[in-house]
Amino acid sequence: MPQMNMVQAINGALRLAMQRDPRVIVLGEDVGKVGGVFRVTAGLQAEFGEERVIDTPLSENGIVGAAIGMALNGLIPIAEIQFADFIFPAYDQIVNELAKYRYRSGGDHTTKVVIRTPVGGGIRGGHYHSQHPEAAFVQVPGLKVVCPSNPYDAKGMLLAAIEDPDPIIFMEPKRVYRAAKGDVPEEAYTVPLESARIVREGRDVTVVVYGAMLYEALDAAQRAYEQGVDCEVIDLRTLWPVDISMIVESVKKTGRFVVVHEAPKTGGFGGELLALVTERAFFHLEAPPARVTGFDTPFPYTLEMEYLPLSHRILPVVLDTARA
Amino acid sequence: MTAPGPRSSLPPAITPDVFRVFRDDGSIDERHDPQLSEEELSFLYTHMVQTRRIDERFISLQRQGRIAFHVGSLGEEAAIIGSAFAMRPTDWVFPCYREFGAALMRGFPLQRLVDNVYGNSGDVVKGRQMPHHYTHRQGGWASISSPVGTQITQAVGFAWGAKIKHQDVSAIVYFGDGSTSSIDFHSGMNFAGVQKVPLVLFCRNNGWAISVPVDRQTASATFAEKGQGYGIPGVRVDGNDALAVVSVTRKAAKRAAAGLGPTLIEAITYRMGGHSTSDDPNQYRGSAEMELWAQVDPIERLQELLYSKGIWDEQRDEALRADIDERFRQAVAKAEATPPPSLETMFDDVYEKLPWHLAEQRAQLMAGPRAPGSR
Repeated sequence: MPQMNMVQAINGALRLAMQRDPRVIVLGEDVGKVGGVFRVTAGLQAEFGEERVIDTPLSENGIVGAAIGMALNGLIPIAEIQFADFIFPAYDQIVNELAKYRYRSGGDHTTKVVIRTPVGGGIRGGHYHSQHPEAAFVQVPGLKVVCPSNPYDAKGMLLAAIEDPDPIIFMEPKRVYRAAKGDVPEEAYTVPLESARIVREGRDVTVVVYGAMLYEALDAAQRAYEQGVDCEVIDLRTLWPVDISMIVESVKKTGRFVVVHEAPKTGGFGGELLALVTERAFFHLEAPPARVTGFDTPFPYTLEMEYLPLSHRILPVVLDTARA
Repeated sequence: MTAPGPRSSLPPAITPDVFRVFRDDGSIDERHDPQLSEEELSFLYTHMVQTRRIDERFISLQRQGRIAFHVGSLGEEAAIIGSAFAMRPTDWVFPCYREFGAALMRGFPLQRLVDNVYGNSGDVVKGRQMPHHYTHRQGGWASISSPVGTQITQAVGFAWGAKIKHQDVSAIVYFGDGSTSSIDFHSGMNFAGVQKVPLVLFCRNNGWAISVPVDRQTASATFAEKGQGYGIPGVRVDGNDALAVVSVTRKAAKRAAAGLGPTLIEAITYRMGGHSTSDDPNQYRGSAEMELWAQVDPIERLQELLYSKGIWDEQRDEALRADIDERFRQAVAKAEATPPPSLETMFDDVYEKLPWHLAEQRAQLMAGPRAPGSR
């Protein structure tokens, strides 16, 4: 089985999807000739032509609005928003249109669109190339939000997302686009969009994480283990609808819960996960549940490694939670 | 009806460059006449009258407190019916929220429209949206959204999709003068121009965006000239002249179908009512403007022509209006007797399949207390 990074795995998924289904269209800024600023769509225009791999004008709301119209005409558009930080001009089209089209038309129309967008910090990208805005989409009825952490999941989840009947925000953790490598089958396969994955089994603390921070949580878990604390690390993979039963089962076992994410703390997805765990496993908790997150500041450029919830910030919270 | 003969004066918005078929004296400019058959003329007229009549009936129902809201098209019937008439049945329509007359013309059942306004269990959209936010996929009718302009980029995408699929299908998108200020107008025009998509962009310039007149909406002399900046031809048409609207829209539709790209049509008309039944236009405009536009009423103009050609007469006209009233009365009676959507439908269609959290919330709602007045 070949080794791939996430860029290659996602590219492979797009290629397979386009080969087997002529309805699949890729559109976005710079996705065609140059293959995207991260080269995720490299080679697709050469293989499938300018009609199916489209360099659009520079307008995110135009990209999403047009993708909705293409979907109404029976195509399956995969729209790339170059950085998640640029997605907000399209927020109305995503929230009021894409996510609501099935509901507001009583199921008469559906708008199957996948929006791929790189997320997260740690690439010296500053405020406008580093945000991780999942909470702004998790709260929107009608959307599914996913964020794979590794090449195998990225390929399988993207193929699942393309097959799924609902609109999907597909967040790609760009810090590990090339750093995360693994065995990826050449052929098509899917990773279901409803299941999280236990990446490291443990008895003492449940650590829930997703995207690039998985690797930080695993590092912290190893360090904690060396200090006698055994973490169970869960990679959510699909953020919404979240695999709540896996989280609750784990917390019932460990009695302790820590969630890690890059986005700001207040109003973040971690708060929702804490609430869900508290509602469902309150009497199993042996310590206050905790969040390790980005701060409630704009994303800083020079100090980004202090902003991100890296291993050095996760470790003390895990130890405190384990020993509380 | 107004007696035939010269009009006192045209509204100043109908400048000499505006494309017209009806002359001031009510006669037809043969050079631009779309040369519709008697059946086609009767069809156009019938649907314009039906639109006006239903508008009036809905307003009356709202004033009686029997429906919550109505948003209509008084005075804009030629612009709406004429343009929709010029498209092929296989083409798609991306409506704003004033085009119910065109939906009926394209086969949307009157009962479904009335059910939608009542938000009952017969409503295609299951009582989930305000009145006039229905849909009719079978008739190539997109879903209706309240935020203005959002349908423009979507229509561009639909037409673009037709091009990608090599389908012989075009689209028409409706929007008002106010929507030309929206982000989607700009993005949509730009994308449509670059990709040369088979689309007719139909701007109903009815003079007012709720309370804001067109000169507070744009510094351009016209809305049509905005097309130039996007490489899209713009044309201005008398929106109260059904024949002129048919002519320019047909030309634009043919251009689209031939792969020559989009056209921006500015139909100059006038909103003869409030923005909606929630609006009182007396707060921001006088009656003089309205009286001027009443002189060029689109239905009266066409009626005079039909009468003069002997295609239509007062007897048929009375029968038509009586028939519309009766069908509307029956539809209302049925809608009022139709129960609201059942409680559990609140959770349908958020996703194709019900996810765990919605299943949980639905069970909570069903087992919990009912809202005051709930049936």
